[in-house]
Amino acid sequence: MTTRWTRKDLLGLRELSADEITFVLETTDAFKQVGTRDIKKVPALRGKTLVNFFVEPSTRTRTSFELAAFRLSADVINISATASSLTKGETLKDTARNLEALHADILVLRHSSAGAPQFLANRLKASVINAGDGAHEHPTQALLDLYTIREKRKKIAGLHVAIIGDILFSRVARSNIFGLLKLGARVTLVGPSTLVPREFEKLGVEVSHKIDNVLPSADVVNLLRIQHERQRREYFPGIGEYVRLFGLTKERAKLLKPDCLIMHPGPINRGVEIDSDVADGLQSVILDQVTNGLAVRMAVLYLCGGIAT
Amino acid sequence: MNQTRQKASVAVPILDAEAIRRALRRIAHEIIEGNPRLEKVVLAGIPSRGVQIARRIAAFIHEIENIDVETGVIDVAMHRDDVGTRRELPVVRASKLPLPLEDRTVIIVDDVLYTGRTVRAAMDAISSFGRPARIQLAVLIDRGHRELPIRPDYIGKNLPTATREQIQVRLQESDNEPDAAWLERQ
Repeated sequence: MTTRWTRKDLLGLRELSADEITFVLETTDAFKQVGTRDIKKVPALRGKTLVNFFVEPSTRTRTSFELAAFRLSADVINISATASSLTKGETLKDTARNLEALHADILVLRHSSAGAPQFLANRLKASVINAGDGAHEHPTQALLDLYTIREKRKKIAGLHVAIIGDILFSRVARSNIFGLLKLGARVTLVGPSTLVPREFEKLGVEVSHKIDNVLPSADVVNLLRIQHERQRREYFPGIGEYVRLFGLTKERAKLLKPDCLIMHPGPINRGVEIDSDVADGLQSVILDQVTNGLAVRMAVLYLCGGIAT
Repeated sequence: MNQTRQKASVAVPILDAEAIRRALRRIAHEIIEGNPRLEKVVLAGIPSRGVQIARRIAAFIHEIENIDVETGVIDVAMHRDDVGTRRELPVVRASKLPLPLEDRTVIIVDDVLYTGRTVRAAMDAISSFGRPARIQLAVLIDRGHRELPIRPDYIGKNLPTATREQIQVRLQESDNEPDAAWLERQ
């Protein structure tokens, strides 16, 4: 295991080694413990300024980063696309340079273009944390998924993880695939062929278009939200048909092993990718994911923001 | 190469396994004398060797008084005052203390006491768990050079050093090497 962390940025899981991923997960254990103390705040990033720069709308990821930063004693400002000068024609680089002129130490970026965080990380002294870029990566979501699996099942290597739904447009799926494979899990992607093309097999995963064949051997099912806002009609015949073919209904959930974990990055569409009863059932760890997301983001901010630049 | 060879350090032994055993046993006796209500004592080790030393002191107290003193772990990484000045960060361990702390005496345990900054961070960390009745400090070696007004209550060995010297401690449990402490001089 690596005994040291040396990165100022977190851009994706593709570039992290298995040791580095494990390092973040172990650091997360320590930060999860902070949430159980009388005083749930540590001075680790006291005096640092964090900018939450969300060019795409997001409430839960932004709030999670914001609370993580508060618990580390950092000062936080939130900038959203509509409030920023991006709508007035300023380029991403100029906006970022302005933020740096304010001596921001950490920039958490959500952007609709893949590679935007990398672009800024190469140009700024500040730490850049990718909070989701286009259909590319969403590393902190994958890290909290990995952490939740490791917490519940005590290991990741050797587990069979099914990722179900809108894979093609999903940065969550991509980051999960990189992380899970590096830590030795077996991954099967499930969904209609328009959203889960065979090309994904090149990454080292299996692809299936029949959910009922996959559920019985799964140790974890991760259901992705159907992203209505990104869909064009040709990918997607209709909600009713999707539910019939791929929705995790109460009936279908009976195919799962009793100890199979049910995960969802949220926000869930009850009755679409998952039935209400299943989402609230005993196998569901959806709310653990939210709690762990806070601890993972504290760990990531502490590690990247705590490095001398 | 020549440069490195000239800089090769000289190692001066300070404590062997037997001396470490005697020092920790004496500290156990002193803790017993100073704390009539031993059941209220928590030995909180700073990772990694402080944790091992805390467990050993607890074992000596058990041997002498047949009382089990609780032990804990207090990781200070997130309470340090030098964040943002290091090029690499070590892993942070989860802290673990028996709660509530309100009427207890927490004894911070570490291998080497130097500037006192780690101990300050440990006191800060303990405060986030609650408000103990007392906080005390036990160290295997006090090497001087304090930068803060901090003074240990229990000391295994006092060893005046120069700032360019380094103290190395090895313990069987954490290092898989025989117990030893030595001083390295550049």
